[in-house]
Amino acid sequence: MTDSTETKEPEAVENPHVVALIELCGAVESSTFRGQQRVIVPAEKSLDALSLLKSRGFDLLIDVSCVDYLEYRGAKHRYGLVYLLASTAGHQRLTIRVFVDDPEPTVASVVPLWEAANWLEREVWDLFGIRFTGHPDLRRLVMPEEFTAHPLRKDYPLQGRGERHNFPVITRDHS
Amino acid sequence: MAIAPTEIETPPEARSEDYLWTLNFGPQHPATHTTLRLVLKLEGERVVDAVPEMGYLHSGFEKIGEHLTFNQYVTVTDRMNYISPMANNVAWHHSVETLLGIDLTPRCTYIRTIVAELARISDHLLSNGAVGLDTGAFTYFLYAFYQREVIYDIFETLCGARFTNSYTRVGGVSQDFTPLVIEKTRAFLKTFPKTLNDMERLLNRNRIFVDRTKGVGLLTKEEAINRGATGPVARASGVTRDLRRDEPYLAYSDFDFQVSCASAGDCYARYLVRMQEMRESLKIVEQAVENLPSGPVDVGIDERMALPTKKQVYSTIEGTISHFELSMSNRGFEVPCEEAYAAIEAPNGELGFYLVGDGGDQAYRARCRPPSVLNFAMFPHLIRGHTLSDVVAVLGSLNIIAAELDR
Repeated sequence: MTDSTETKEPEAVENPHVVALIELCGAVESSTFRGQQRVIVPAEKSLDALSLLKSRGFDLLIDVSCVDYLEYRGAKHRYGLVYLLASTAGHQRLTIRVFVDDPEPTVASVVPLWEAANWLEREVWDLFGIRFTGHPDLRRLVMPEEFTAHPLRKDYPLQGRGERHNFPVITRDHS
Repeated sequence: MAIAPTEIETPPEARSEDYLWTLNFGPQHPATHTTLRLVLKLEGERVVDAVPEMGYLHSGFEKIGEHLTFNQYVTVTDRMNYISPMANNVAWHHSVETLLGIDLTPRCTYIRTIVAELARISDHLLSNGAVGLDTGAFTYFLYAFYQREVIYDIFETLCGARFTNSYTRVGGVSQDFTPLVIEKTRAFLKTFPKTLNDMERLLNRNRIFVDRTKGVGLLTKEEAINRGATGPVARASGVTRDLRRDEPYLAYSDFDFQVSCASAGDCYARYLVRMQEMRESLKIVEQAVENLPSGPVDVGIDERMALPTKKQVYSTIEGTISHFELSMSNRGFEVPCEEAYAAIEAPNGELGFYLVGDGGDQAYRARCRPPSVLNFAMFPHLIRGHTLSDVVAVLGSLNIIAAELDR
């Protein structure tokens, strides 16, 4: 969602769901690429917007993930959350983007809307360090609890920083 | 159970929680089949609560995806859901081609459909076989595993690898179908329904199996949608969503097949849905093999999107240039500075990749949407109130693959 190419020009808004989002959040940025509609929603309105979309038929939360735009050309924000929504009845899809920034990247949790978000948000917290306010159990999901970094951030190197060498070694006698 | 210092000062009358027993299930346990851990709270034999824990196989696949090119990363996708690697290959390159905007040749879409459906059969065979194994039906498991070997043989003839196929490429596949592959696939189509009948006769009305799976691990339709279930788990709960029919990709719109569904939502329904899906997959494979279009399998050299064959590289100038440019790090594919998500109906559910391109040969971000994570997250909900012996039945019916779970 950065520099302009011809594929991302804002188009005339036709999608009724986007119209409803504009009513809720004011002007939202909407674009289409390869037939996939994406809407950028302000972070403070994300829960309201997703709640509205859920009531409008997007009942299935496919994925919650994140992109770190640290090295991305022309990016204005550091983190971009991706909410992939789908409807089980109408077979529609919609992508909602929410951008947050350092130093305290925080966004409202959508666990009250979809239980599916529970582990997906835990994974985003684990790997990107984005806090989800209102999450019932925001623990690390894949990395060990004593891990301190967020490894999918772009400033974390591929080879790691040697955290593993500092893990306590548990022997059979002292477990 | 470790006693925290604060608990010692509690009043003398015992709380009901004191009678609970904590059992550590996994990470190394024959019935988890892979490396995952459950901490179960038991009251007698009844499971009061379960806390699933994952991450034992985490190897940073998404981080690696930011450092390998689109063609290299397919080897990593093999290792995600390793009981149906072909489906992962197809899913990965389906997403890459969506991002790059490549239209495949008709022959390639048919070939990919065939291998993806064969992968579905082999996945369901193992998944149902493991449910049988864990509930005491060992013969059934061997019937299933024998047929998996036949599918492995087809894949070996096709691409030289039995297990980690790495079969697809950007804009094509690594090897075209040969007459021998088609012959072996036809032989499989002929013999497999017989085994499927045998398997159904062994287990569908088997008293022990039905008692252990019917009514166990109930998932209602509302809960299935709320918890993000896809694939056979959702379809066994009455969610009629199947990407092959609802968002036809590859060549699925050409074929006549049914979406298998059930409404009970228990382990037995999930087993039945998988059995039925194998029959439907057979139908698709048969139609695809008999109507396999002729023509090239990769997109043309002029589009400069698929690696040319060795023969083209050595005998034509276009082939040489194309190969040279695609292999150079500063040339390669034309990747838009854009983001796209594409998913396929993998054996376990919706398997998709959210790709961010930044103009380079590698993905800026390669997010995998793994069906296993959402299936495993609902495990405590499914097991609460059931007995300890039901843990393996529920776990098997969800078909959790830890390598895909942890990535």
